[in-house]
Amino acid sequence: MRKTVIRSAAAAILVLCAGSFGSHAQDASEKEIERYREMISDPMSNPGYLAVDRGEALWSEARGTKNVSLETCNLGLGAGKLEGAFAQLPRYFADADKVMDLEQRLLWCMQNIQGLDTKDVIARRFSGPGRASDMEDLVAYIANKSNGMKIDIPLSHPKEQEMVAVGEALFYRRGGVNDFSCATCHADDGKRIRLQGLPNFSKPGKPAQETMGGWPTYRVSQGALRTMQHRLWDCFRQQRWPVPEYGSDVITALTSFLQKQAVAGELNVPSIKR
Amino acid sequence: MKRVLTLAALVLAAGSHTTSASAQTAAKAPDPALVDAYMKSTFGKAPPEWQARIEPDETLKTCNAYHNEVPSAEADKITARELARVVYPADGKFLGNWKEGAKIANNGRGGQFSDPPDTVAGGNCYACHQMEQKEVSYGTLGPSLTNYGKDRKYDPQEIKNAFTKVYDSQAMFACSNMPRFGVNKVLSEQQIKDIVAFLFDPESPVNK
Ligand code: HEC
Ligand code: HEC
Repeated sequence: MRKTVIRSAAAAILVLCAGSFGSHAQDASEKEIERYREMISDPMSNPGYLAVDRGEALWSEARGTKNVSLETCNLGLGAGKLEGAFAQLPRYFADADKVMDLEQRLLWCMQNIQGLDTKDVIARRFSGPGRASDMEDLVAYIANKSNGMKIDIPLSHPKEQEMVAVGEALFYRRGGVNDFSCATCHADDGKRIRLQGLPNFSKPGKPAQETMGGWPTYRVSQGALRTMQHRLWDCFRQQRWPVPEYGSDVITALTSFLQKQAVAGELNVPSIKR
Repeated sequence: MKRVLTLAALVLAAGSHTTSASAQTAAKAPDPALVDAYMKSTFGKAPPEWQARIEPDETLKTCNAYHNEVPSAEADKITARELARVVYPADGKFLGNWKEGAKIANNGRGGQFSDPPDTVAGGNCYACHQMEQKEVSYGTLGPSLTNYGKDRKYDPQEIKNAFTKVYDSQAMFACSNMPRFGVNKVLSEQQIKDIVAFLFDPESPVNK
């Protein structure tokens, strides 16, 4: 029942997206999607919730050489405690002596708690046709457990402060054949590239809060649930930089910086976006 | 840029021990070696040619340190350095074929890791600029360029300036957000001439 509702919802969005991407059409479809988004604020019809369900099953599935589940993984608030954990990530983990985002932390738990060889999990980091992603599903499930809570990353540990400071420097670091940095596209109010609106992340406040409060998201144009790892991978592509390594420190630093700009933003995920 | 200057003035007026805005920036920024270590962990496996692309040159190092808001002394150094890098056409002609220029302005391909290696890069001007009136899919990171040539009365000096601007945007505006198309070898001399014709040919739809 739930599946059929979701499927027809997804089909309707696809129709909206498949239309010509001539500029008028895109403008119009942007509006349509906005209307649609309101219509399907009902979680029962957001296809992203299928990922939440899959993630829930993965979380409690025994795997790896130790044949145990992830249920004792500590995401910062205590072993197995999921409520509110995502709202406080990235954060410092003493056992790994490292600041980690959710995906880095999950990989750590898979390796250290489950004894799982994560090569295959990393190969499937971004889902595609006929290829599910454990990471996307787990993030959807775990992030959803912070719904209604406010972004509030801890900044008391020196390594957490370092992450944010490096993240800020990286936000302004220019390079690639077009001399682009994140700031080229995301440091002014009300700008757009072609017809796509560009949120301003250079200062704390609403654009950052609304953005970070909406990731992970179900991306209609890709027909997949996506996490911040994928969003930044795609922005580095547009920035004409090399492929960033999945779950690596530049991504975590930028995510920490964005989260700091987004503090007090309310989470409502998975959201649904273009 | 203005903001930094005002800030510096305020700091001086207040009699603070901070001597300049640059000192403030430097104090806040993390150690460059630390940032490099992060870069290495994320991009260290990329091919050497790709890694070279994200190594900032002297100009970008300054822009990065000031978050692009450079004080005027630094700005002068940058524009002088970048102007010296502009290679003008040996034949002295700046205008190519506007029809080719129109295609280059519309082409946003090239330089992305998803592009096939033999991709011919475009100028992607519409990502940031309005150009011909009837194209409504344009970005707003840069100013509108509609009627660019007409508004400048097709003045030869303005034509040369436009060539300079597209070849190396920072020769005219330090830490401009606009790419340095000629210097970074994204566009060839001929492509830049075609783009300049798109801006300055009276027949070009930019001027209609
Ligand atoms: C060349 C322009 C460009 C650059 C450079 C760029 N981005 Fe983006 N960014 C975009 C576009 C376009 C979107 C999509 C907006 C949309 O879908 O409407 C986007 C979206 C995003 C989003 C999600 C916004 C949302 O509303 O969900 C985040 C977060 C983001 N970018 C962060 C970054 C960071 C961090 C960097 C630097 C690594 C960066 N971007 C570099 C163009 C850029
Ligand atoms: C990433 C965005 C971006 C792209 C892409 C871009 N520009 Fe720009 N451009 C700017 C910005 C920002 C300015 C204003 C600041 C400055 O003058 O550098 C500008 C300024 C200009 C000016 C000077 C306008 C004036 O005030 O007289 C010209 C001419 C120009 N651009 C042409 C082009 C052309 C032609 C292309 C494509 C080959 C292009 N630009 C691509 C961002 C961009």
